[in-house]
Amino acid sequence: MNESANKTPALQGNVAGAMKGFAQEIGALSAFRLESCIHCGICADACHYYIATEDPQYTPIWKVEPFKQAYKRESSALAPLYRLFGFKREVTADQLAHWQHLLFDSCNMCGRCSLICPMGIDVAALIEQSRHAMFEAGLAPQELYDKAAHQQLTGQPEVSAEPYRDQLLAIGVRFDVDIPMDRPQADVMLCVPRTDIEQYPSAVAALARVMNNLGVSCTFRSEGLIAENYGYFAGAKDWQRDISLRLIEQTIACGAKTLLLPECGHAYTALRWEAADLYGKALPFRVLSVTEFLADELKAGHLKLGKASQETATFHDPCQLVRKGGVNEAPRELMKAMNVELEELENHGGFSFCCGGGGGVIDIKQAAPLRYRTMEVKLREIDATGAKTLLTSCSDCRRTFDDAQAHFSWDKRPQSLLELVASNLLEAGSTP
Amino acid sequence: MDLLHFARGIGLKVALSIFFLGVTWRIVSFALLRIRREYSKPRESVSKYLIGGLIAVGSRSWPHREFIARTGAGEALGYSYHLGLFAVVLLFTPHILFLGSLLGVSWPGLPSSAITIVSVITLTLFLAVLFRRVTNRVMRLLSNFDDYFSWFITMLVMVTGLAATAHIGGPYETLLAVHILSVDILLIWFPFGKLMHAFYIFPSRAINGALLSRKGATS
Repeated sequence: MNESANKTPALQGNVAGAMKGFAQEIGALSAFRLESCIHCGICADACHYYIATEDPQYTPIWKVEPFKQAYKRESSALAPLYRLFGFKREVTADQLAHWQHLLFDSCNMCGRCSLICPMGIDVAALIEQSRHAMFEAGLAPQELYDKAAHQQLTGQPEVSAEPYRDQLLAIGVRFDVDIPMDRPQADVMLCVPRTDIEQYPSAVAALARVMNNLGVSCTFRSEGLIAENYGYFAGAKDWQRDISLRLIEQTIACGAKTLLLPECGHAYTALRWEAADLYGKALPFRVLSVTEFLADELKAGHLKLGKASQETATFHDPCQLVRKGGVNEAPRELMKAMNVELEELENHGGFSFCCGGGGGVIDIKQAAPLRYRTMEVKLREIDATGAKTLLTSCSDCRRTFDDAQAHFSWDKRPQSLLELVASNLLEAGSTP
Repeated sequence: MDLLHFARGIGLKVALSIFFLGVTWRIVSFALLRIRREYSKPRESVSKYLIGGLIAVGSRSWPHREFIARTGAGEALGYSYHLGLFAVVLLFTPHILFLGSLLGVSWPGLPSSAITIVSVITLTLFLAVLFRRVTNRVMRLLSNFDDYFSWFITMLVMVTGLAATAHIGGPYETLLAVHILSVDILLIWFPFGKLMHAFYIFPSRAINGALLSRKGATS
C-alpha cells in the first residue's frame, strides 16, 4: 500500500463495509455489465496504459476485479452458492490497496475501453463506480481526497492567495475585458476551471471576450465559480453532488437558461451527464460546453470568425467532451470556419487516445512516471501528423501537454480552441 | 435402465429443468436490483438512441477500424468457432430431429460428411482458443475455473459427438450415451457460468449502445 493510502482517513475498517455497500448499491445495469464479461481481454487493446506497457494488470476490466468479486459474493444471482462453497472470498484490505494503483494511477476514465468490448460493456462506467467504493473504503489517493474535501467545503479545490472572484476581476483588468460578475439576472451562467485562473488566464479573458462579442447576457457568480469537480475524480459521490449543487443553485438563482461550461472535459461529464442524476431530478436549465455553444452560435449566424493563421494544426479530442460527451462535430465546425488546415490524428474523434492526465491522474504525484510513459503513445501520434499547432478544448488536457512539453522538452505547446476563436472574432456585421 | 435411456430420459429432463430454471433466475435476478433513472437531458431523441442500441448489436460484432490491427485476428478466431458450433448443433440431421421433437419444427441439414469436416475444423479452432487463453498474458490473468470448465465441457460434447458419429472408441450406443450425458452436464452447467453470455450478448450490446447514443457519445 502506498503512503498516501495509509494517510487517507477511514481506511482499513471500511473495506468490508465499502465492498458490501458496492454490492448492495450496484444496480441492475452495472450488475448486468459485470455478468456479461467473457474474459476475452480485448479491452486491453484499447487502453493506452496496456498499449504502452504490455502489462496485463492494466487490462481495463481487471481494474474492477475485486468489485466483481464482491458483487458475485454479496448480491449476484448465485451469491448464496458462492458464499456456501467459498468460491468467492471476501475482498481484503491488502487486495484493495493494490487496486488503488489500477483504478486511480493507471486509469484516466477516458472510456476508450468501452468502445472495443464485443459484449458492449461500458467498462469505464464500471471503473467510475469502483472509484466510489474505493473512496468509501478510504482508498482515494490523498491528492484527490484533499482537493475534493476542500472543494466540497469551500467551493475551490485549494487555498488560493487571492479569492478566485478577485483573481477573475484582475484578469479582466489585465486583459482589458469586462468580466461579468455577480449580476442578479442573466441568460447564461458562466464558470471557469481553476486551471485557467491559475495557469491560463488568457482562456478566461477569451471566454469573456467571446461572450461580450456575442452580446449574451451572462455572469459569473462568486458563490459558484469553479467548473472542476474533484468529487468526481476522487470517487466521492456525495461530495460530487455538493460541488455540482453550488453551480446548480447559482444558475437557478440568476435565472439563467444555460449553464455554460468552459473548456473542461470532466466538468462536462460531471455537470452535463451526472449532475441531474445526483440532484435527483431534471435540471431546470440546459448545460452546454463552450465549444458546442459557439458552434451553435456560428450556425445561427451570430458568431462571425475571421481566418486563422495558415499553419497546419491537429486537434486533440478531450475524451470526456468528445468520446463520452458527444461533442464531436462542434470543434471541427469552429476550426473549419476559421479555415484551420486540420491534420487529424491517426486516432481521432471518439477513438482518440487520452492525453494521459484525465481522471485526476495529472494531480497524483506517484502516477507521474507511468503517465509519462503512457502519454508517449499520444505524443508520437501528434508528431506523426507533422502539424505545427496542437489545438484542444480542455484545460486539463492543455495542462497535461504543457507538462509533457517541459518533461520531454517536446517542441509543441497546446493551444486553446476557445482562445483561437477569441483571437479571430469579427464584429457583428463584418465579413470574414 | 441402461446408460442411454438414463442420458436421454431422466438425465435430460433434469438437465433441461436446471437449464431453464437457472437461466430464468440469472435473467430475472437483475430485475430485483435497483434500476437507476437517468435525469440528464438526452442529446438525441428516444427513437435515435434506440436505433443506436440496435446498431450496436451489429456493429460490436466486429472491431472498429481503429482496433482491427490489434484485435481482428483474436475476434476472427472467436467468431469462427462459434459459427462452427452453430453449424454442428443446428445443421446436423440427428440434432435437427432431436430439436424438432422438442420444438415441433424442422429444417434442412447438412450432409454428415460436411458436418464431420466442420466438426474437425471447429475442434481445431477450439484447441487454438485454449492455446491462446493460456499463452496470452491478459487472457491468462483474467481466466478462472469458469473459463476452463466451460471450455472443457463444450469440448467434451464436441469430441463425444464426433466419436459417436465416426463410431470410434466403443459401441455406438455407449458413445451416444456418453455424448448425450455430456450434453446433460453442459445444460446443467450453463446457468452457472459464462455460457450465459449466449443470452446476455445482444441485450448487453443494445442497452449500452442505446445509453451511449443517448449522449451522442461514440458507441
